[in-house]
Amino acid sequence: MSETAGPMVRSEQVHKSFGRLEVLKGIDLEVAQGEVMCLIGPSGSGKSTFLRCINHLEKIDAGRLWVNGHLVGYRQKGDKLYELRDREVSAQRREIGMVFQRFNLFPHMTALENVMEAPVRVKRTPKARARERAGALLESVGLGDKVRTYPSALSGGQQQRVAIARALAMEPSLMLFDEPTSALDPELVGEVLDVMKRLALDGMTMIVVTHEIGFAREVGDSLVFMDGGVVVEKGVPRDVIADPKHERTRSFLSKVL
Amino acid sequence: MTEPDKTPDAGPARPAPIKAVPVRHPGRWISVAVLAVLAAMFVHMLLTNDKFGWAFMVDNMFRPPVIEGLLRGTILLTVLGMVIGVSLGVVVAVMRLSPNPVLSGTAWLYTWFFRAVPRIVLLVLFGNLGILYQSYGLGIPFDEQIADLFGVSFDGRFLEVEARSLLTPFIAALLGLALSESAYMAEIVRAGIQSVDPGQSEAAQALGMSRTQIMRRVVLPQAMRVIIPPTGNETIALLKDTALVAFVPLSVELFFQLEAVGKRTFQVFPMYVSACLWYLALTSVLMVGQYFLERRFGRGVAVSGRTRPRIFTAGSGR
Ligand SMILES: Nc1ncnc2c1ncn2[C@@H]1O[C@H](COP(=O)(O)OP(=O)(O)OP(=O)(O)O)[C@@H](O)[C@H]1O
Ligand SMILES: [Mg+2]
Repeated sequence: MSETAGPMVRSEQVHKSFGRLEVLKGIDLEVAQGEVMCLIGPSGSGKSTFLRCINHLEKIDAGRLWVNGHLVGYRQKGDKLYELRDREVSAQRREIGMVFQRFNLFPHMTALENVMEAPVRVKRTPKARARERAGALLESVGLGDKVRTYPSALSGGQQQRVAIARALAMEPSLMLFDEPTSALDPELVGEVLDVMKRLALDGMTMIVVTHEIGFAREVGDSLVFMDGGVVVEKGVPRDVIADPKHERTRSFLSKVL
Repeated sequence: MTEPDKTPDAGPARPAPIKAVPVRHPGRWISVAVLAVLAAMFVHMLLTNDKFGWAFMVDNMFRPPVIEGLLRGTILLTVLGMVIGVSLGVVVAVMRLSPNPVLSGTAWLYTWFFRAVPRIVLLVLFGNLGILYQSYGLGIPFDEQIADLFGVSFDGRFLEVEARSLLTPFIAALLGLALSESAYMAEIVRAGIQSVDPGQSEAAQALGMSRTQIMRRVVLPQAMRVIIPPTGNETIALLKDTALVAFVPLSVELFFQLEAVGKRTFQVFPMYVSACLWYLALTSVLMVGQYFLERRFGRGVAVSGRTRPRIFTAGSGR
């Protein structure tokens, strides 16, 4: 972790409501460059919502969010905030890869086409280059032989690895994972976690919403426990898991461990 | 019930294949017989009743004016009508789904009007649009009113066209058919777009794709699976409705020409039968095209297009 550069993600008092339901009630968090932060918490505590705010899939109602020093979704001039245009929001999102619980691969494209799509359309990478790189990425997640396969013919674990390769193809500096293994059969969880572990070792900054406490302890640099839209506890994973400071953390961990 | 065999076999040998007496369906056989008799009677009538005038029909159903009506009327109107109808339909559908209330309201109004008014009324209406103005111009809107307001006189038109040369019967017919078609297509496209999992556009957004890219590359190709079957129905319905353009009036059209031959020769019935045959043939060609389109857009879907139940017939109950 480089301490000299600013944090990759900084969140200050982030609030978010859906109608009358306040889902995020002031989130303060910092993720350093190269840090792997694991996010745990009961269902409905706002983990997914927070992740989606980071790449502006959701608009925050109050507070500030920075990724790589850039304010997410807005430009600040003096005291005033100006909404970014769609094009500028898209440009910010290119820096941030996201992996979904339900994979969300494009079903009408082969694995290779899924990975090539964004570099070709968004970054205007020449097709031959993009194809070569996509092939290499699929190879690196262990799917070199599934290049021409459509998602419907892949197992859940394979689909999720394609989804990771697809996000990596944009060469993001931050990766967001929203319960990447929750939709998988138990015997397929390991192959996806292995890919993520390698990514972490390569120095990728990652925020991982997960119920895999083992992964959090082994790979995570920090562990955050969220409940009811607030951060209840944050610390080194080993310490939080072994000796949670808060009663709510303790009772949650006792249920998932 | 017999007792299960208690003597254990030596090893689990493969049991003999089942040879059971199949269930008899006497009802089916009776209906088959009835249908066979009816079919025989029908064929007998076709062959023996000389009012059908088969030879006369074959001689006259390929006459040059008929073929001209087929190509320059029926087929051209169907093709252009569908091209305009689908393109405009996509635009109206996207507008309808826009978060901007003015855009979605306009789209709603458009579909409301063109679905409510019968095609035959639209065609008559467009055929008579020439009554409204002598000529149509392209220029600054409300130029005369603005000029009056400032007490000057100026002409803000760049281009003026005579109503009669712009609104030919063909254009009027095409407008009537294409605009009403686009309203139906808009509803079909909207249903298609909404059938695509929102996670798809989210994933595309997260990759930094723009709205247009997401629509063109991710959402529409998947919506196609839902859009194509009812669009096939729409094409067939439009093909048949080209017979209505006689009311514009436009006479270069298949049915009008066939009927004209019949009326001139006082042999209308064979020509009506030939119209049936023509439309049957044209529709069959369209169905083959639809089959290939469905296969093309079924890519990546495990279930093949053929085995999918055909329940998408909404919006074409005409
Ligand atoms: N688009 C939305 N509209 C309305 N309510 C929403 C929306 N998205 C999320 N919510 C609500 O916000 C709350 C937090 O949801 P969120 O998905 O962030 O929880 P989570 O911590 O990710 O839970 P889980 O572990 O079940 O995924 C839930 O009560 C959910 O119903
Ligand atoms: Mg969630």
